[in-house]
Amino acid sequence: MSGLLASGLTDFLRSAVDPQVQVDAIGIGAVYALMAVGIGLVFGVLRLVNFAYGQLVMAGAFALAFASDRDWPVWGGIVLCFAVVIALSMAMERVVFRPLRTQSAATMLVATFAVAFLLQAIALVIDQRDDTLGEPAASLARLNLPWVIFGTDVRKITVVAIVTAAVCLLALVLFLERTTVGLQMRAAAMDFQTARLLGVRANRVIGSAVFLSGVLAAIVAVMLTVQQPLVTSTFALRETIVVLAGVVVGGMNRLLSATLGGFAIGYASGLLGGALPTEQSQYLPSFLFGLVILTLLVRPAGLFTRGGGPVERV
Amino acid sequence: MRRVRTTVPLAFPLALVVATGVLGTFFDRSTEIYFINSLVSVSMVVALYVFVGNSGVLSFGHMSFVAIGAWTAGVLSVPVEEKPATMPSLFGFLGDSTVGNIPSLLLAALVGGVFALVAGLPLMRLSGLAAGIATFAVLEITSNILRYYEKIGPGLNVFSSVPETTDLQQAAIGAAVAILVAFGYQVSRFGRQLRAARDDAPAARAVGISVYRQRLIAFALSGALAGFAGGLYVHFLPINVDAVYLDLTFLTLAMLVVGGMTSLWGAVVGALAVSGLDSVLAEAENGLGGIDLPAGSRTIVVGALMALVLILRPEGITGGREVRLGPLLRSRSQKEGAA
Repeated sequence: MSGLLASGLTDFLRSAVDPQVQVDAIGIGAVYALMAVGIGLVFGVLRLVNFAYGQLVMAGAFALAFASDRDWPVWGGIVLCFAVVIALSMAMERVVFRPLRTQSAATMLVATFAVAFLLQAIALVIDQRDDTLGEPAASLARLNLPWVIFGTDVRKITVVAIVTAAVCLLALVLFLERTTVGLQMRAAAMDFQTARLLGVRANRVIGSAVFLSGVLAAIVAVMLTVQQPLVTSTFALRETIVVLAGVVVGGMNRLLSATLGGFAIGYASGLLGGALPTEQSQYLPSFLFGLVILTLLVRPAGLFTRGGGPVERV
Repeated sequence: MRRVRTTVPLAFPLALVVATGVLGTFFDRSTEIYFINSLVSVSMVVALYVFVGNSGVLSFGHMSFVAIGAWTAGVLSVPVEEKPATMPSLFGFLGDSTVGNIPSLLLAALVGGVFALVAGLPLMRLSGLAAGIATFAVLEITSNILRYYEKIGPGLNVFSSVPETTDLQQAAIGAAVAILVAFGYQVSRFGRQLRAARDDAPAARAVGISVYRQRLIAFALSGALAGFAGGLYVHFLPINVDAVYLDLTFLTLAMLVVGGMTSLWGAVVGALAVSGLDSVLAEAENGLGGIDLPAGSRTIVVGALMALVLILRPEGITGGREVRLGPLLRSRSQKEGAA
């Protein structure tokens, strides 16, 4: 039995170090890291886990499908995608999050469920206007073609994803470190009450965070439609759930640890997907979420956080 | 008088369930299923309430206990001669034996409770978001295994030929049993200790309450009730694994929060209000009283109304409080004197 386990593990490791598997896993990790940043930014200022983040991505994908259906140029579709996602993100904050800002975490989370439910139902009605399941968004499909680098097939979208993620994260770090709004956002994420007392405007800080998270959702929508050109009402739902788990595993209290958590879970799922033998690959979610449970038990405050969490004393 | 007053929080939810059951008998079979569905939802949401309401910790994993209960009751109560056709690769004793309606429900509760206890042993050490994600991970793993492991059930297929024993009467009795158990628990010392820990964990620890142990007890009990509700569900509709997965998780949590998360009354009202609204809209999609909604608009309306209720009444319809006759019976001066 242990010999069998050992040989299974060796096989797994041998496939896992394969450059092809590694490149694909890093590509998935990059996209998930961007989603993690979008979720983490809003969590930082609002203490709100936005479950409806996936539906923002889904709305962007529908915008791309709309543009590709009407043969718009690629840039037109991307502009529409950004406009739709950012507008929806801001509207969501204004209509739902703002009135609930002072409520318990459970109420806010369930409110985002309701929003997610609503947007998904609207998408389903849109999808069902014709008889086919899903709307195609194929204008960027050529990015799926591979480049061959040292005998490894690297799909163009993987390179685009990694480069985009790196550029976005760099820009975000500069924004947070070098601008006044960025400084205010970091202050608000540390201690919202004190930040307000010191003159930070709540609506402005929250507005910027929601705007940025919308921008990131739009970028993710563009990249995911390349890999899944058929846009349905459950588009990006699976990814959002996995990223939410990753963000909590990484540690929600800091943007960096949340982002690393998103990357780590994307990378882990890419690795498991590439390296598990075929007859076990259907159990990939079990392996992945088994890892999630183990990590949470060992490091409940987050894998990438320093020190223990604060202990409340009487 | 005092005894009457302490049982008021039990009498109102029970009365509501009985009224729903009685009201259902006035309709034909096609409308009756909405009432049965509402009552099954009540038992699920009450099961969820036992843990979430009393502990204040969100669980996204309870539908895995409902699924386990449904699988237990479903697999065991399909007649032996029909098993090879629908579930050919069952383990020996699962394929060879069959049990009646009530034993299957009790076994569903037992297996659901044991599963929740085992899952809770490590997980109840966590709290907050980590607990939420860890319970969600349990749901993911359970659904994934039930979906592909055909030795313990129908895999991806729907349960066919499970006897449809959950009629209006059994659904109402089932919901009433769930309410009785939940009420019994919340007035017991375990329930009180857990609510004390929910409201002020450091103070509860200071008086010697083990938060871990109390959460574990509630988790196992609510897992048993969820398994029982799953048994009722599989005897009501031919379900598959997707029927007890994400959508139901969000719907039951939304019912609990819309009703008022911290009271049994809230759980029952929330389940009946949301499923009642959903039923009316489903009928309206088929054309009801001149209103003719386009297909699919039902979920849009339900989602929008749930968001609206939360914005207008963030504590839920009931405000998270039990029914009290106090304000009705006692005069103002007496109340002040008692305080």
